[in-house]
Amino acid sequence: MSWTRDQMAARAAQELQDGFYVNLGIGIPTLVANHIPENIHVTLQSENGMLGIGPFPYPDEVDADLINAGKQTISELPHSAYFDSAQSFAMIRGGHIDLTVLGAMEVSQNGDIANWMIPGKLIKGMGGAMDLVAGVKKIICVMEHVSKHGEPKFIPECTLPLTGKNVIDMLITDLAVFQRPDHSSPFRLIELAPGVTADEVSARTNAIYLS
Amino acid sequence: MNKLYPSAEAALQGVLHDGMLIASGGFGLCGIPERLLKAIQTSGVKDLTFASNNAGIDNEGIGMLLRTRQVKKMISSYVGENKEFERQYLAGELEVEFCPQGTLAERMRAGGAGIPGFYTRTGFGTLVAEGKEIKSFDGEDYVLERGIFADLAIAKAWKADETGNLVFRKTARNFNLPALTCGKIAVVEVEEIVPAGSLDPDQIHLPGVYVQRMVMGAPYDKKIEFVTTRERESTR
Repeated sequence: MSWTRDQMAARAAQELQDGFYVNLGIGIPTLVANHIPENIHVTLQSENGMLGIGPFPYPDEVDADLINAGKQTISELPHSAYFDSAQSFAMIRGGHIDLTVLGAMEVSQNGDIANWMIPGKLIKGMGGAMDLVAGVKKIICVMEHVSKHGEPKFIPECTLPLTGKNVIDMLITDLAVFQRPDHSSPFRLIELAPGVTADEVSARTNAIYLS
Repeated sequence: MNKLYPSAEAALQGVLHDGMLIASGGFGLCGIPERLLKAIQTSGVKDLTFASNNAGIDNEGIGMLLRTRQVKKMISSYVGENKEFERQYLAGELEVEFCPQGTLAERMRAGGAGIPGFYTRTGFGTLVAEGKEIKSFDGEDYVLERGIFADLAIAKAWKADETGNLVFRKTARNFNLPALTCGKIAVVEVEEIVPAGSLDPDQIHLPGVYVQRMVMGAPYDKKIEFVTTRERESTR
């Protein structure tokens, strides 16, 4: 039994700590917001200029001036703060955000991430992903363990253009969790999804990791 | 000196020319200077380069100017959700310089602050760093990025007083603030003009020194890309 997208998000949410300022990427990372433990206080950052993202608004409170980085309407909280894009990325680049959760197409065994461009296909751009991986204190990557065609995505070296080099601290897939204590150490397999064996993970992984 | 102009066309009179670099505010369709973009379209000026986080969507925002083939190049971080953009880009008719979002914001801020270049960790080891100087500080490698000095900056704010002191609203502040600082001339459209003295000096987001021209753009029919809502709990 592998983890569902929602269960992967729930696993990422276990990494949250009281007082953390957190930026969540688009896709599975967005689901992490639904799993924040009730006994801790976490402030979510939206890179278009807001700290303290509230839930989606009620239909009669939709405001075109209040959106998240995915351009969806959101609401504000009593402690919310707004700022401009330069300030937003100053806090990201400057190491003031504690944790970010991002999706990926590929992760390499030395912590490189590729998630913005497939050569020959239409390029939409990196948005804020390169800034996030360059500056946030802890980078968690959430992705399916293998591609639609069954190809491993946790590999010795990324084949796609990089978003960041040697930046990932933790990788959560539908099969397992890998972590490393610092950027000069290899990843270690620290957790398996229920019913998944270490051999099954190994068979679907090309990257070298400690187990 | 009067900074208030009667129309967007009047506010851009004498400042537009072919081939110019324009820095624009907005994030997606949130806080885009739509009246000024429309006036630029109407002027027929062409071969424009835009430093703007996004390129609008089909026929909205800079998307309007793509349709009329007035844009030569975009400097942007994300350009999805725009069919005409895709068509021109894939046909090689439109040049795109992808710039990480935070680097783009900082390039505008730096330009406005008189800083021609800065070193950033962002993009190191990626395509973005290719051809750029790399410098090591305390054992970490950084990429040299250039400040943006635009011929013209356009933006939208919420309120302005007569002297151009600006207040933005919620997440519509985004790139509007840094964009306005980096233009040789900065033109802003606003939802409301109030008399000097009615804005709290402690609550001004951008002081009027950065603003040369203003236009009242209201009433606005603000567009939303994705309306997402939650159900109100039943009161029964």
